[in-house]
Amino acid sequence: MMAVHCRNLTKGYEAGGQKVMALRGVNLDIPVGQLMMLVGPSGCGKTTLISVIAGILDQDEGTCEVYGVDLKSLSDHDKLAFRAKNIGFVFQAYNLLPSLTAQENAAVPLIINGVKRPLALQAAANMLDRVGLGQRLTSMPSQLSGGQQQRVAIARSLVHDPKLIVCDEPTSALDHDTGHRVMELLKGVALDAGKALIIVTHDERIFEFADTIAHMDDGNILRNPSLDEAPDVPSNEPNSPLRQPPC
Amino acid sequence: MSYIAIRMLMGDRSKYLGIIMGLTFASLIMTQQPAIFVGLMTRSFSFISDVGLPDIWVMDPKVQFVDDVKPLQDTELYRVRGVSGVDWAMPLYKGLIKARLTNGNFQTCNVIGLDDATLIGGPPEMLEGRLEDLRRADSVIVDRDGAKEKLGLKGPDGQAIPLKVGDLLELNDHRAIVVGIAKTTRTFQSQPVVYTTYSRAKNMAPRERKLLSFILVKAKPGVDPKDLTRTIESHTGLAAYTQKGFQDLTYNYYMKNTGIPINFGISVALGFLVGAAIAGQTFYSFTLENLRQFAVLKAMGAGNGTLLMMILLQAFIVGIIGYGLGVGLTSVFGWAMRNTILSFRFPWQLLLFSGVGVMLICLMAAGISIRKVMTLEPAMVFKT
Ligand SMILES: Nc1ncnc2c1ncn2[C@@H]1O[C@H](COP(=O)(O)OP(=O)(O)O)[C@@H](O)[C@H]1O
Ligand SMILES: [Mg+2]
Repeated sequence: MMAVHCRNLTKGYEAGGQKVMALRGVNLDIPVGQLMMLVGPSGCGKTTLISVIAGILDQDEGTCEVYGVDLKSLSDHDKLAFRAKNIGFVFQAYNLLPSLTAQENAAVPLIINGVKRPLALQAAANMLDRVGLGQRLTSMPSQLSGGQQQRVAIARSLVHDPKLIVCDEPTSALDHDTGHRVMELLKGVALDAGKALIIVTHDERIFEFADTIAHMDDGNILRNPSLDEAPDVPSNEPNSPLRQPPC
Repeated sequence: MSYIAIRMLMGDRSKYLGIIMGLTFASLIMTQQPAIFVGLMTRSFSFISDVGLPDIWVMDPKVQFVDDVKPLQDTELYRVRGVSGVDWAMPLYKGLIKARLTNGNFQTCNVIGLDDATLIGGPPEMLEGRLEDLRRADSVIVDRDGAKEKLGLKGPDGQAIPLKVGDLLELNDHRAIVVGIAKTTRTFQSQPVVYTTYSRAKNMAPRERKLLSFILVKAKPGVDPKDLTRTIESHTGLAAYTQKGFQDLTYNYYMKNTGIPINFGISVALGFLVGAAIAGQTFYSFTLENLRQFAVLKAMGAGNGTLLMMILLQAFIVGIIGYGLGVGLTSVFGWAMRNTILSFRFPWQLLLFSGVGVMLICLMAAGISIRKVMTLEPAMVFKT
């Protein structure tokens, strides 16, 4: 079963009268149970790709199925419901709501899913406990360190038990040790029940946590030769292998 | 989600207070100014309400408002008394007469002459002396505010000496002795009010052929005053109004023929605009600042309907608080001014009026913010 199954994805942006092609026919598969890292130079289209996969951006062409559901074919309403239920987000900039406590922040996805507030807060407290912040439930984001905020964000991304967790540079604002702890958490907490993770990163220090690493450049996925011997490399056939060297 | 909306709103303390201040200002101006306006306008006919007792006022058909006296001949009184349905009809003199104070200063007074026998049309409340004292020679009753202010004297150290019972006045060269102090509602003209008898007032007034200002009429029991006004008009050719009708006539005259409504209208409009500008602007920049938060919620699956509800709720909360504070401040203002010359009246309609005004401001503020949030791309959450 594939968690993510993308074929010939293209996406262009209009910018200043010019069309920038951010995705040029991406093929990507992520099997259930895997943590895939997406690496590549700045501007090569990583964020665009995970935005399409997460259903917050529509591709121009190609298909993207998440757990068998073609997101583009869904109505706006169904797409929202799909995201609310199945996707967890972790951002480089944490994106916590500054006026909510850690516990309230972690409860937001459940509240969006219509769970009653006391139940949502209880589940959030449990999840914060799992990421080691059981003592900081009532702290405001501004009172937490960067690593702690990212752990709150991870608790938030997991609290509603989504099937796919999408992370954009989750460790690049953190120091080495904190980054490692965050990755251990993500790997440990997220992959326990038929989930999949896709993590965009520049951070070589965390490559060891990857099941697969997909290299991306100029709107395409390239195969990473160093992972060729790995037994579970997905069939991420690049359209134009090594057309450009990764930088 | 409402809970999140509220926490978001209160999380940004300075903006939150800014919006509320704007709305408070708007609702203050939109209640306080009209309250003064209504107070002023009520004053225009407070003399009519003070007289109280008669059902009907009869006067020259050309009279436009209560201070626009066009005297009648005394014989008209008897013609009105002859109309069927009239229980009684009494003369009333109302005119401006110059008073000379003991220090030599002159002050124009609003002199009211009451029917000698019945003294109908007297002040609503006597503070000192009795109305019947008007039957004594040369006697007058003066209203409290007039006695304290315009008819009062200054002592050697500058302290105010009010006119008292027993003091003398000269009204158009006629001696008058104060026998009572009355409480009257302030009138629009704000001259001192001096009550005396009809015949004495006629004596004091400058010589004229006609001196009868109004005829006060009581309808017989069971006779509808409104019907009686029509009967009186057709029998005498004079104008007859019920008390309410005469008040309306006066009120409408001031509405139509003075700059008062326009001036207050401008104040209210300015209050609305300034309040709308402050609150709308601050609310909008509050939303702009929170755009990323809204985008995060959108990405996590909150729909436009939910975000719309959140913004409306935020606008509603600041609206209610600002409105409450503004109305509260207006009430405090009115209370603090209760014993001053300032006119102030706060009928419930004003609550509605300013409530609608504040609601409009909030809807406008929310409206521009909503557009921004509705068109927000959730993909911006990954931008740093
Ligand atoms: N909203 C946008 N409007 C215009 N161009 C964009 C937009 N978002 C991304 N791009 C362009 O698309 C390309 C891919 O961007 P992005 O997916 O953010 O790359 P990455 O995350 O790998 O740095 C870049 O050239 C970028 O400038
Ligand atoms: Mg990026």
